[in-house]
Amino acid sequence: MIPAVPIAGYLVLAALLFSIGVGAFLIKRNIISIFMSIELMLNAVNLTFVAFAHMWNRVQGQIFVFFVMVVAAAEAAVGLAIIIAIFRARKTLNVDQINLMKL
Amino acid sequence: MLSPNILVLLPEIVLTAVGVLIMLAEPILPAASSRKPLGWLAIAGTILAAAGSWYQLQFGILHGFYNTIQADSFSVFFHLLIAAVVLVTLLGSLDYFDGHGTFSGEYYALTLFGAVGMMLMTSSVELLMVFIGLEISSISTYIMAGFRKGQATASESSIKYFLLGSFATAFFLYGIALVFGATGSTNLLAIAHGVAVTHTPTLAFLAVAMILVGLGFKVSAAPFHVWTPDVYQGAPSPVVGMMSTAPKAATFAVLLRILFGGFPVMEHRWAALIWIIAVLSMCIGNLGALLQRDVKRMLAYSSIAHAGYLLVAFTAFPADGIAAACFYTAAYAAMNVGAFAVITQLTGYDETARTLEDFTGMAAKRPVLTALLAFFLLSLIGIPFTGGFFGKFYVFTAALHAGNVWLAVIGLLNSGIACFYYLRLLAAMYARPAQQRIAETPTPSVTASSGRPLVSGSFVAVPGVPVPAAIGLGLAALATLVLGILPGGTLSLAQSASAQNQSDVCQQNPTPCAVMTAKEPDTH
Repeated sequence: MIPAVPIAGYLVLAALLFSIGVGAFLIKRNIISIFMSIELMLNAVNLTFVAFAHMWNRVQGQIFVFFVMVVAAAEAAVGLAIIIAIFRARKTLNVDQINLMKL
Repeated sequence: MLSPNILVLLPEIVLTAVGVLIMLAEPILPAASSRKPLGWLAIAGTILAAAGSWYQLQFGILHGFYNTIQADSFSVFFHLLIAAVVLVTLLGSLDYFDGHGTFSGEYYALTLFGAVGMMLMTSSVELLMVFIGLEISSISTYIMAGFRKGQATASESSIKYFLLGSFATAFFLYGIALVFGATGSTNLLAIAHGVAVTHTPTLAFLAVAMILVGLGFKVSAAPFHVWTPDVYQGAPSPVVGMMSTAPKAATFAVLLRILFGGFPVMEHRWAALIWIIAVLSMCIGNLGALLQRDVKRMLAYSSIAHAGYLLVAFTAFPADGIAAACFYTAAYAAMNVGAFAVITQLTGYDETARTLEDFTGMAAKRPVLTALLAFFLLSLIGIPFTGGFFGKFYVFTAALHAGNVWLAVIGLLNSGIACFYYLRLLAAMYARPAQQRIAETPTPSVTASSGRPLVSGSFVAVPGVPVPAAIGLGLAALATLVLGILPGGTLSLAQSASAQNQSDVCQQNPTPCAVMTAKEPDTH
């Protein structure tokens, strides 16, 4: 039998995934990739919730995950619609070229 | 008698029903017909929701949905505030989309759905419901930011708001996950108990910091403010008027509930973070506004600065901080929504006037509107007899009472800097237009004593202000004036709101509460 992974393992993995998401959000230049990095961050949060729910033996954490997934889906629908609108207007998805307004 | 679960969400239910009704009616109406009846329906729904919120007040503290929702005078205060902002926005945008073929029916519905989310945020005492309310309001405003579909800046503003908003939401969620890890609950009352006995205070503090990052983005506090100028510049003016006030008010309400209700034990640790954010917001907001030529961008930076002033109140824990913050939110909402309502009427859908140069000489063309904008700008500066004055007064006295002298000094210095760019716009509006000064001698007809702008060579025909927008503007101006002359009513409402928010804290740890009640609340 495989020994159980300690809770800390899941938490560290989630923290790593979250950091990768933050890094990708800042580095990537394509809007779709940026959007994907946000999804990665949300999934890292979900993993954290599930790990803590297991640790506390309470179901709230798992319920929270369902709500996060639903909201992420709603956000994806709106986000992709906005991405289509911007591609129609500008013919590009590179954030460096979407700079009509600057500081 | 309504069941408690319906009663506790009465305003939200009314708004949702009206919003769905508008969405259903929109495709039934003939494509060419005006969508104004739907706008009036939305206005009626907003008034009804405000009435429903007022009705909740007589029941004291209401609980519902397994103690996730709590309707008390704190939530009613913010419900009424949000309803008022939405009302002024709707009145101002009834004629905004005329002749531009956008789906304005959906605009009205989205405004109401956004309001539902904001109201839900203010009455929830469970982080799950806060998250859901935050997302309902955010998703509606993401769409509304890009509502002028033809314009390239509109979709750019929308995508920037969406990406950075979702980024912030992820931080907020990670904060909630860590709170859950540290305390084993997402209910604010249980969190307050859990934080006091937690074995991992560092984890709890990290969670507060993450939540502050997430909510800091939403209230556009520095250093999380980068999206604000771009989004405000590209979004339609009535939408900016709403999203610079109502979601901010709701987010500040959530911050008050989370910090004062959920983490009162860790006050000494999060107060330092708030201190830094407040100072950065005030300085970056005011210095950034000095550099702007675009009026909407300038007001965006000014809203960053105002978020900073508001956060100053948060450091005055727990005595008069909440009341000062509530009052400032109300005053800021009145004057900012009013300023953007005037800009909506001055510039119209196509935004013909954008920069300081375009606004030069506006007083000759639109004297009444310019006078109103001047009044709102004076209120944003904080001149006496306007709501902005008492807002700043209460915030800074609260900070002084709490012993944060340096914070109050920095805030007052910043108010001085802020005078400069507001007065620059004011002076420009009352100066003569540049091309007229050079090209022609002023004709007596333009400066006629009747005050009615006459159509002369250099001026385009000036359209009048539609009646609903005039009513909305009047309401905003009246609110700003009343808050500046008779602040007592709103202040006592804010104090009763804060008393009820504090009563939660009292139940949890009686020691700071004894100090609280011993200290007499400031009455002016």
